[in-house]
Amino acid sequence: MKLRSATVGAIFAGLTLLLPGVQAQTPAASEAPNVLTGAGATFPAPLYKKWIAAYRKVDPAVVLDYKAVGSGEGVKRFLADSVDFGASDAALSDEQIAAAPRGAVLVPATAGMIALVYNLPGLNGPLQLRRDTYAALLMGRIPRWNDARIQATNPGLNLPDREIVLVARLDSSGTTYALANHLSAASTQWRDRGPGTGKTVSWAAGTMLVRGNEGVAARVKMTVGSIGYVEFGFAKHLGLPVARLENKEGRYVAPAAGVGEATLAANLARIPANLRVFIPDPDGAGAYPIVSLTWLLLKERYTDQAKAQALKRFVNWGLQEGQNMSSEMGFIRLPGDLIVRSQAALGMVN
Amino acid sequence: MNKPFAVLPLHDSVCQPPTATQLVVDRGFRGLCHLGVFLILLLVVALVVEIGGKAVPGMQKYGTGFIAGTVWDPNQLQYGILPAIWGTLYSSLLALLIGGFFGVMMAIFLTQDFLPPRLAAVFRTIIELLAAIPSVVYGLWGIFVVIPAIRPLADWLHQTLGWLPFFKSSLSGPGLLPAALVLAIMILPTIAAVSQDALRAVPLKTKQAAYGMGATHWEAILKVMLPTAATGIFGALVLGLGRALGETMALAMLVGNSNQISLSLFSPANTLAALLALNFPEAGPAEVEVLMYASLVLMLITLVVNLVGSSIMLMSQQGAK
Repeated sequence: MKLRSATVGAIFAGLTLLLPGVQAQTPAASEAPNVLTGAGATFPAPLYKKWIAAYRKVDPAVVLDYKAVGSGEGVKRFLADSVDFGASDAALSDEQIAAAPRGAVLVPATAGMIALVYNLPGLNGPLQLRRDTYAALLMGRIPRWNDARIQATNPGLNLPDREIVLVARLDSSGTTYALANHLSAASTQWRDRGPGTGKTVSWAAGTMLVRGNEGVAARVKMTVGSIGYVEFGFAKHLGLPVARLENKEGRYVAPAAGVGEATLAANLARIPANLRVFIPDPDGAGAYPIVSLTWLLLKERYTDQAKAQALKRFVNWGLQEGQNMSSEMGFIRLPGDLIVRSQAALGMVN
Repeated sequence: MNKPFAVLPLHDSVCQPPTATQLVVDRGFRGLCHLGVFLILLLVVALVVEIGGKAVPGMQKYGTGFIAGTVWDPNQLQYGILPAIWGTLYSSLLALLIGGFFGVMMAIFLTQDFLPPRLAAVFRTIIELLAAIPSVVYGLWGIFVVIPAIRPLADWLHQTLGWLPFFKSSLSGPGLLPAALVLAIMILPTIAAVSQDALRAVPLKTKQAAYGMGATHWEAILKVMLPTAATGIFGALVLGLGRALGETMALAMLVGNSNQISLSLFSPANTLAALLALNFPEAGPAEVEVLMYASLVLMLITLVVNLVGSSIMLMSQQGAK
């Protein structure tokens, strides 16, 4: 008996011994000339990871490592100068740019739609939500799915008599920022008597709080009667149903390929020269109401020129070739005009 | 007589005084043991000092309101861990109830001649294997097996007995009951193993005497074996509870991570360990002091549980004499 448990112990010890072996190879890899480390938003992480994998074929000498830790943490690490590049779905504020030790250049890299995903098995159609309804819902003011306010816009749906379970982000998040920013523009209740705007906001008691876009998507997937918010790509990846939301012009729009591009294209004029825009409530009949750009944070002055050049080549590749991958993964392909402006911003990196 | 031991003139004796080497080895070993004990004490003190020291600013700022508060909102600098304390105690006690019952039953089954010894050894090994499964695997198993499995029963209970506070909400997914069930299985090997030792430590004579007086198998178990081994079994339960209080990974995945106090078995809750694990990765200095305060509270709860456990054991031992 003792012997057997010792055997089991040995097997596990053997498994853990494998791990240092794996890690021991990493320093060898870092001897390659260009190892670029980045950290930040979870929202574009699937796309960035795909870019990194594809870019390895383009330029095998550059090794990129992106850690999806959330926008808040990404900005923190970027400002602490502990990464080569950061990523955030909320642009830096003026104070933050001033505080960046080596200067900050914000390059919009991709954009996404923030989808409200829900888990209602057996529901006979997509959910449609009015603006004040989804604001109230996310404030925790609608207790059950068969509430009259939800039924009003979904007359044909068999809404269950179930509690609504909210799933939100625990960590400091650009996705939360984009959602809260939109809701503050769309609902005075949310702005004045609700959580307001921020990378972390106060959620109602009983809200499940989890880390990362992938965490929210996974939690909604396993929790019956739940609703949460994620970048559309995550909903697509897990096959979660998304709600059709009422936009500024009173139309109900679901996130889908093409919708995000049309929304951005229709609102290009509203993007200011410094590219640090949040379109809290986009115009246009076909616009999806919650869209967000997401930024790569680069330094104005790099100490290592080889690193700076490699990073610039990678980002430039992402702005051109990389855009072809966005649509299928549930992200928005940036409009050509915006790409030109992103590339101009990239030119400021030295 | 400057020799340490008097040598008796016995020709055919195998007894000898210890040699110098043996004395050195003996002293050395004793010194090593002392060192070991001292190091453990030092480690505990260092831990308490480190955590306590970092918690002091938090304690000064939030005081007892931290323990009694129900809102955890870093945005408004409001930190209250009562829901987490509640969830920790509720899930652990529930797990102890379930895991304790089955653990002790298993110990009886495996030690009281229900099975041939070889087969019993196989079962024992299987139970011990449960202790070797990583926490994260238990968490995944809970998500993909336990939650779907108990959902029909939970829905039925909620619909028919929903007026009871325990079934007030419906089971949406992660929640207190799935967490407690998985926790019960995780503490089962500890409870079963220590209880088995306690039952096996009862002298054979005691059991034979019970049979000799005409007791049936069950009478012997319930009226003689269990009361005799009660102290050890109680120790097993305290150990199990201690483990349940501190379990982190599986609970972080299963408990629902929602700060609310509810009697309902099906509503999502939070535990101290899960709160710590989820908030530490990106905690700033302001939050670290609060989290350190929370870990101090968790340590205190574990300490109190152990103290209460050992004092009850002490009392029962004295009562038995």
